[in-house]
Amino acid sequence: MSEIGLGHYLTLSAIIFSIGIIGIFLNRKNIIIILMNIELILLGVNINLVSFSIFLNDLAGQIFTLFILTVAAAEAAIGLAIIVVYYRKTGTISVEDIDGLKG
Amino acid sequence: MIVHTVFFYTFALIAIISSIMVTASRNTIHSVFFLILDFISISCLFIMIGAEFLGMMMLIVYVGAVAVLFLFVVMMLNVSDQKNKWFQSKSGYSHVPIGMIISLIIFFELLIVIAGWKYKPNIITLSSINFDQTQSNTHAIGNILYTDYIHLFQLSGMILLVAMIGAIVLTFRKRTGIKRQSYFSQISREESDGVTLVDVKFKEGVKIDE
Repeated sequence: MSEIGLGHYLTLSAIIFSIGIIGIFLNRKNIIIILMNIELILLGVNINLVSFSIFLNDLAGQIFTLFILTVAAAEAAIGLAIIVVYYRKTGTISVEDIDGLKG
Repeated sequence: MIVHTVFFYTFALIAIISSIMVTASRNTIHSVFFLILDFISISCLFIMIGAEFLGMMMLIVYVGAVAVLFLFVVMMLNVSDQKNKWFQSKSGYSHVPIGMIISLIIFFELLIVIAGWKYKPNIITLSSINFDQTQSNTHAIGNILYTDYIHLFQLSGMILLVAMIGAIVLTFRKRTGIKRQSYFSQISREESDGVTLVDVKFKEGVKIDE
């Protein structure tokens, strides 16, 4: 086995990012799963930033990861609040039933 | 170094499998559990390569707050079972190949970028010139987070405040038929509102509801 370098971590982050995007496209049942997939995408970006920050010895990447963590937490809270309100109004959160805008 | 390799592949495998299972599992609660497992294994990876502050932050913020929030909402909304197969929709399977193609294109683009990266053998960045190996990762982050990035730090605090107020305002609802305490009418109540002094004449009594 070769030594673990920057490329391994970047590949892992690319894989997790792509899995998050696949999940957003394929899921048609539950909008909470889509929010979780957004969290997965942000996680992939975080791995990318942290591995560059470690291997290039520059702490700015970790600072930005901290801010991404903050924004992700805020986004999850607001998104879940919107989902709760929508569920109270309509009684469903299935993605295919949410077609009020007829887009 | 062999230990590093073994641990990396273990945690990476766990992370990839659990992130697939987030979408693939039939039960939404299982998805949340796989999300938690994913965050834990990634934070182990962060701790392993030396970003221990972020690893711990990941555990506290994601596993402790965000994932539990997801779990709470899933249980509150009573939608845990996804009744049919997870990628089937009313319009059939037409969205599956398009989604797969777009995601795979993005993945291979990222791989091309990674594989085509040329590493400079002895790279010197601005911050690594004065890099002190004796202080811990948390100490180093604290040194620059509260000095160079103080405005961004306070701005992120504002974002959290706005998100908190927004979530409360969105989910707050006024219910009818519930007796509530009215502080203003309690405080502004005076003696003349509640008590009436009446001179009662002898052998005549008093009418109260006049």
